[in-house]
Amino acid sequence: MQKRRIWGFFAAPGMVWLGLFFVIAFYAVISVGLGNVDTLYQPIPHWNPIDWNVGYLIQAIESVIPGGQNWDVVVRTAIYIFSAIAISLAIGYPVAYYASRHAGRWRGLVVVLLILPFWISYIMRMFAWTNLLAPDGYGSKVLSALHIDSLLSSIGLLDGTDWLGGQGVTVVIALVYGYVPFLILPLFASLDRIDQRVIEAARDLGAPPASSFWRVILPMSKPGILAGLVLVALPMAGDYYTQTLMSGSPSTSMIGNVINDYIQGGPDKSLGSAMTILLSAVLLLFMLYYLRTLRREQGEVAA
Amino acid sequence: MSTTSLRNPWGKPRWLVGITWVYILWSLLPVLLAIRFAFNSGRSRTSLQGWSTKWFFGDNSFSVFGDPTLQDALTHSLVLAGLAMLIATPLGIMLAIGLQRWRGRGSGPANIVALLPLVTPELVFAVGLFLLFTTAMTTIGLGTTAQVIGHVTFSMSFVVVIVRGRLITIGPDVEEAAADLGAPPLAVIWRVLLPLLAPAVAASLLIVFALSIDDFVVSQYLASGADTTTVPMRIYAQARAAPTPALNALATLMLAFTLIALGLAYAIFRFFSRGEKGGSAIEQIASIDSGGGR
Repeated sequence: MQKRRIWGFFAAPGMVWLGLFFVIAFYAVISVGLGNVDTLYQPIPHWNPIDWNVGYLIQAIESVIPGGQNWDVVVRTAIYIFSAIAISLAIGYPVAYYASRHAGRWRGLVVVLLILPFWISYIMRMFAWTNLLAPDGYGSKVLSALHIDSLLSSIGLLDGTDWLGGQGVTVVIALVYGYVPFLILPLFASLDRIDQRVIEAARDLGAPPASSFWRVILPMSKPGILAGLVLVALPMAGDYYTQTLMSGSPSTSMIGNVINDYIQGGPDKSLGSAMTILLSAVLLLFMLYYLRTLRREQGEVAA
Repeated sequence: MSTTSLRNPWGKPRWLVGITWVYILWSLLPVLLAIRFAFNSGRSRTSLQGWSTKWFFGDNSFSVFGDPTLQDALTHSLVLAGLAMLIATPLGIMLAIGLQRWRGRGSGPANIVALLPLVTPELVFAVGLFLLFTTAMTTIGLGTTAQVIGHVTFSMSFVVVIVRGRLITIGPDVEEAAADLGAPPLAVIWRVLLPLLAPAVAASLLIVFALSIDDFVVSQYLASGADTTTVPMRIYAQARAAPTPALNALATLMLAFTLIALGLAYAIFRFFSRGEKGGSAIEQIASIDSGGGR
């Protein structure tokens, strides 16, 4: 009996810390979003659920439905995130596949190089692109020499030649650049776990390479793909800094920019909190899905 | 054409090799160029202009060590990272040990709360702490203390994941043996478990350091003014405002600190887990990363 109690005691300081600064911090968002403001528009949180005022929440909901003032931003955010995760998967899956199954004696080096971007500050990686995509930067020159800028202009994805001048396509590519390392790692882990003998069995039973990929490898890596896509879509949904660094124009604002502007910019902290509540509600299911796969993996390791 | 038709269709697909190396080049080259511009002798950060270290140490008010705002940002980032490392690691280790064994009412939700910061978008988390410190805990308020608390809160979950992974590798046998031989529970932890956890402790310390020094959103939301500006905040504020290569130099120094921390973590991890089976140390460190997007 005494043995069991000691473990609870061990977990206590960390749990108290998370209770105060994670759980109650989130409760503060709810209390401000469902609270009121004083005459200077400073938020007055309503900590007691009996006093909750749904006015700001209703205002927030009305702004994100069709016809509301943030509806365009919601649609744009969805388009940006879906394009960015689709491109990330198209790049990340072949890379993770090569690294896990075919890299051979290069494997150690390839894995280190794939992890490296994870440890370089996100802001520094975006800053590096502002150096390259400036009008006289090397990136702009290469893209111009390859006629990629005129190609994108002709299909309407690029307006003019200034890559940093409020271009949606720049923001999407920057999101891909920023988050694709976070997708490659879980893909690598799930592809690495597939037993080589399963693929050999498919071959021995007469499957050509293409069908052994579509009917064996791809289905077996599906949980890794889904978990990885959730893992990169979540931070994209709360991202505002990529947009500010790579574009800065309101025409490419994402939902994170709207929340950031309400909270840090103006007198609308209560509305910003209500928007944060909405965003969290939408993302919660995805977060719990990812945690479930994470715990299942840890359980497999333990078994 | 005969070579392609004779090639083993089950062999290594060449286009995969190509796409992987092109990706690796694309992922690292911009950063390498940004570092290279830090050593420009000219003022440009978009083209190469000779070599010089004047943007680091130059005797002018633009270099990292000449401009007090850049130097203060570097110092503040290092102070935050050091404090976060020293607080988050012990808390996370105890939490991991506790959660690993605690079976009973409340352990399910506790496990979820311990991992939730890994997947919570940083903006949601930062807004929460910002409102907490400006409405309820006004005695703490915004500033360095708030920033340290924020960094500890999100990095503690990484420590939990690292240490639990190690606890699973160690298994219960050694501890049971110590207990059977009459060691009291605290002695088992102090004299058996902690030494076995040493590689995970070292990895945790330095990974918290790296996470904290790279953090932007939490630092920005909980900052109270110029003296609480960190390196990523300084880069963010100046990136689009005609900066000089000194900003590249500042980013380069921050990256150097991160990579030194990781190199040390890797070396210590290797040293303590030498002779053990089960995946290379690189891949164990790699597996740590599968959470969080910051």
